[in-house]
Amino acid sequence: MSRADVAVAILWLGATFYALFGGADFGGGLWDLLAGYDDEKGGRPRAVIRRSLTPVWEANHVWLIFVLVVLWTAFGGAFSAIFTTLYVPIALAALGIVLRGAGFAFGKSIEGLRERRLAGATFAFSSVITPFFMGTVVGAIAAGNVPADGNGEPFSSWIQPLPLLIGAMFVASGGYIAAVFLIGDARRAGEAEMERYFQVRALAAAIVAGVFAGVGLIALHSEARYVFDRLTDQGLPLVILSALCGIGVLVAVRRRAPSWLVRPLAAGAVVGVIWGWGVAQFPYLLPTSLRIDQGAAPGPTLNVLFGVFAVAVIVVLPSLGLLYTLSQRDLLEHD
Amino acid sequence: MPPLDALPLAASASNLLAAREQMAFTLGFHIVLSCIGVALPATVLVANWIGLKKGDEAAIELAKRWSKAMAVTFAVGAVTGTVLTFEFGLLWPHFEERFGAAFGVAFAIEGIFFFLEAIFIAIYIYGWKRLSPWAHWWSGVPMVITGIGGAFAVVTANSWMNQPQGFTLDAAGKVTEVEPLKVIFNPATHYEVPHMILAAYMVVGFLVASIYAVGMLKGRRDRLHRLGLLIPLTIGLIATPIQLFVGDTAARAVADHQPAKFAGMECIQETGGHQTEYVGGICTSDGVKAAIPIPDLDSFLVGFSPDTKVTGLKSIPEDERPPANTLLHLAFDTMVGIGSALLLLGVWLAWSWWRKRDIPQTPWFLRIVAVTGAGAVLALWCGWIVTEVGRQPWIVQGYMRTEEAVTEASGIWFAFALVLLLYAGLGTAAILVLRSMSKRWREGYSGADVESPYSPSTTAGEAGK
Ligand code: HDD
Ligand code: HEM
Ligand code: HEM
Repeated sequence: MSRADVAVAILWLGATFYALFGGADFGGGLWDLLAGYDDEKGGRPRAVIRRSLTPVWEANHVWLIFVLVVLWTAFGGAFSAIFTTLYVPIALAALGIVLRGAGFAFGKSIEGLRERRLAGATFAFSSVITPFFMGTVVGAIAAGNVPADGNGEPFSSWIQPLPLLIGAMFVASGGYIAAVFLIGDARRAGEAEMERYFQVRALAAAIVAGVFAGVGLIALHSEARYVFDRLTDQGLPLVILSALCGIGVLVAVRRRAPSWLVRPLAAGAVVGVIWGWGVAQFPYLLPTSLRIDQGAAPGPTLNVLFGVFAVAVIVVLPSLGLLYTLSQRDLLEHD
Repeated sequence: MPPLDALPLAASASNLLAAREQMAFTLGFHIVLSCIGVALPATVLVANWIGLKKGDEAAIELAKRWSKAMAVTFAVGAVTGTVLTFEFGLLWPHFEERFGAAFGVAFAIEGIFFFLEAIFIAIYIYGWKRLSPWAHWWSGVPMVITGIGGAFAVVTANSWMNQPQGFTLDAAGKVTEVEPLKVIFNPATHYEVPHMILAAYMVVGFLVASIYAVGMLKGRRDRLHRLGLLIPLTIGLIATPIQLFVGDTAARAVADHQPAKFAGMECIQETGGHQTEYVGGICTSDGVKAAIPIPDLDSFLVGFSPDTKVTGLKSIPEDERPPANTLLHLAFDTMVGIGSALLLLGVWLAWSWWRKRDIPQTPWFLRIVAVTGAGAVLALWCGWIVTEVGRQPWIVQGYMRTEEAVTEASGIWFAFALVLLLYAGLGTAAILVLRSMSKRWREGYSGADVESPYSPSTTAGEAGK
């Protein structure tokens, strides 16, 4: 494995963390949106969602920054090619991030029911459009619509069945991860009704995401032959792993299995897809126009990235752990 | 789908202007929030420390309120910072394409600081009710360190753009070798980074003090307001003299390494010794009009002797001269003027404190403090105008022109218009939310009762409403 390959692996790890944590965060917004306008009915699930999201909202999204910075530092050419081609969906995703952050930042401190509703609706709505457009970007890359020297088609590169399907799949899988996490949170809080509420949604989202994945495979066959061929060959074990985890979750959720079992299974289903995609693209960064070894940054730069990644894992993960524990801890004084 | 792709959203010839305007606007917005992220944590901890040491309820209350306000500005800062990251690709893709391998090194390090700052701000806010008082205080210390570390990493990236080094180019202009340490510790790091961090402490110190000065002018003269004025004002006033010293170092370094920028900001036309320092005025190709001239001072400031030779714009090739010289010159003078005025304010307060152990008893003192916040922010913007506009036409001094970096994408003006609209909304909402928090505090809610992002809900089930 060359240094450039390791850099890609780190890029993929960052993307995996983002898909899991950021995805869960977007998914929370999706369920918030679907909880309905009615405060009577929507209030309780919303409370569960907000309680789970609040402390870690920010940290979840730093993974995206991490991915972008690694991409431009290690693979400046690919970064430029992607941004000069897919600037429309990327800008729309950025718009979603701004709206979402604003909804989050102001939602809690704002006064007045109408304003709160507006902030909440902005947050929920942008939780859907952001992952959707991010998915179209990934889909367009996989479909080979990004030429190595950039400035590809700004619209037809992503307004195609495969990118659109992957966008939809991103939304559904975020909803799926979020629902699985929320089951556990509701259970810990002793809210049996909410636990069932999110069980139903986890199952529904799993099925929807599975259907999108299936249809996506067909689209992959016609639009991204290189990726399809490798996915069903070298990538097959990962695809199977993902499918098994997905089915495992369906069973485990229905049987009310404990969180330590359900959560890793749900994560496994997503991780399988992401790494399957990675294996299927190999050795291309942009199939089939730019290989990983073409235009990677010089060794010392990549070493810095490795160092940064190591520090991130050593320092950031325990701090995150501390925050999670603290957010689930009881108050010192009871007031 | 060819017709869609051919949509004539905008002519790309004007992309450069649109992209520069958008970059300047979004950075100018972000930098104010990021100053708060860099320097407010320390201000909060000082208040928290005084509160714990002296059992001072008012100080604790201030720390609680400020940490809640910080959560709001931090969340908006994170959003606007994310936009900046996207803009590197959306506006300047060829910059990263060519120099990402070198320039990215500093940004990669910044990522760690962002992570930790985001986590520890949430920990501190959660900790108010979940940790013992001193454990809670210590949980705030990482916010201070990561704020400074994050500022170091971004600003060092910018100083590398001003004085690039630590890389080798091949014949095609591609980066082949990189020496990360030389990239990170480039010749502009030692003045740009401290100058920015001190600026952050000044902005926060004076901004917070302004708010309490206005409150005191309205007759609220309780202990909370006095402390709320004195703690941040002291921090700002301590930073000021150091800032002037660092700024002076910066100016000399710029004269040495970026003579075109220096000539632009001082309106120097002809190369030579005995250069006049002009205060204010309008820059034209035959000298400065309507300025106050001080003979020889410019040469003296650069080399401590009136004979020091300073490069003039006419010795620099026409296509390497910075644009908008009057703007550059006035921006520089405004920054220096505000810095000097704040220094005098510090002398006044120190004198009064030494004589009477109190702030000066004239309403004029409070009136002046009330505008220092805006003044510090103005100085901050002016400094960045000097740095960024003064570097033009280069994006990487001497290596890459800004016009080579800009995207070919269409619709940049449209995007810029959207950004203006969006940020107007964001800014308005942020101010309204902060004001409504402050109104509730005045109505008697304690700092702990008002909700903010990252904070746990105060009453069960509340969050759903
Ligand atoms: C509170 C804000 C503030 C104050 C009072 C000052 N500055 Fe400043 N200045 C900044 C805030 C700032 C900044 C944070 O906006 C800049 C932009 C880039 C940087 O590193 O700091 C800056 C840049 C900057 C530069 C350009 C550096 C470059 O292009 O690399 C020079 C020459 C000075 N400053 C000089 C001064 C002098 C001589 C001052 C007072 C006597 C002064 N500054 C006060
Ligand atoms: C945060 C405070 C900053 C402010 C207020 C600021 C201000 C500006 C301004 C006014 C411009 C437009 C120049 C022109 O129109 O002629 C600009 C451009 C730019 N700045 Fe900065 N800048 C800041 C920090 C940075 C940092 C830290 C970086 C990079 C690490 C950076 C990178 C750029 C780039 C890439 C451009 C566009 C190209 C150019 O016009 O030079 N800036 N900025
Ligand atoms: C081109 C320049 C810049 C870029 C691309 C950039 C990028 C970012 C990003 C992505 C974030 C969000 C991180 C998160 O999610 O927590 C952020 C926040 C932040 N940035 Fe910037 N930034 C720039 C300029 C600056 C400058 C000049 C400073 C400081 C002096 C600064 C200081 C901060 C701080 C302290 C935060 C934490 C959030 C806050 O306090 O508001 N940034 N920035």
